[in-house]
Amino acid sequence: MSPVPSMRGAKRRSNPASGLGAAGLLRFARNDGVALLAAIFLAAPAFAQSALPPARYAYAQIEDPRLEAEARALMETLRCLVCQGQSIADSDADMAGDMRALVRERIAAGETPEAIRAWLVDRYGAWVSYRPPVEPLTWPLWAAPVLLVALGLFLARGRFRRKAR
Amino acid sequence: MKRLFLWLPLAVFVAFIVTVAIGLRKPADSPIRSRMIGKPMPDFALEAAVPGHPPLSAANLRSGKPRLVNVFASWCVPCKAEAPQLMALRHRGIPIDGVAIRDRSEDVARFLADWGDPFERIGADPASRVQFALGSSGVPETFVVDGKGVIRHQHIGDIRPEHVPEILAAYEAAK
Repeated sequence: MSPVPSMRGAKRRSNPASGLGAAGLLRFARNDGVALLAAIFLAAPAFAQSALPPARYAYAQIEDPRLEAEARALMETLRCLVCQGQSIADSDADMAGDMRALVRERIAAGETPEAIRAWLVDRYGAWVSYRPPVEPLTWPLWAAPVLLVALGLFLARGRFRRKAR
Repeated sequence: MKRLFLWLPLAVFVAFIVTVAIGLRKPADSPIRSRMIGKPMPDFALEAAVPGHPPLSAANLRSGKPRLVNVFASWCVPCKAEAPQLMALRHRGIPIDGVAIRDRSEDVARFLADWGDPFERIGADPASRVQFALGSSGVPETFVVDGKGVIRHQHIGDIRPEHVPEILAAYEAAK
């Protein structure tokens, strides 16, 4: 996904191309490719984004590859707050960049990934983590695969029995 | 009974399709409430975002009197939309401090000149650190902090005229 502004209502407000639809865009391109290019470049300033350069560790790795691997694994399981549905490792939103910088700085400072996850969960709830905790609310989630496998075995057992007879 | 059982996979399949279709038509974009409400303001000390406004630290929010903390940015369009409401709250005598997210001093100064300046203190949060510590997930957001520095209320999104009574009520409740 292209840079998404970390701004409320931005999805609805500041993307002039979104109303066009894929078919419209194709027709548009056939009619005049230059106009399409112009539209893309004119659309860019409409994305409200900070003029500030990204934080140091937003796009730079930690020097120690072992720590970077740890940070990377954590970033892939943390949800971006503004582009819900993407991990902060996948998102180009400014806010995701700041979250990556936060994760890398804390890992580089010796904090464990689970402590950083807990810090974020304290503030945003379990929602911010892509790894659901084991708690009464999520028991069905964890139990479902076990139950389905058990059901499958039970059905298979019935089949084999019938064949053997 | 067995006949009915045969339809079960189809029923599950249809239920699945309906769930997905509803999800596609109305993507989940739910506001994320901060879990910090009722907890003390996390410790922070920000530098001044613009000359002419003092810097902001957590200690400034333990002032004995409730205050509003507005998380904003000059690059954020809804922040412009809520500016008149913040001014109105300011004119009612409610102290408001600002946290400028990922912003440059000159841009904040221009934003205040263009859209009004309801702020006492403004701290610069260039890497969103205070925003994360507050459990805030975007701009604008407004927190009501009581006199002891405990977060009492969070308003997500721009304050529209119809939201002002709710902010006033939260402010009164924090007294």
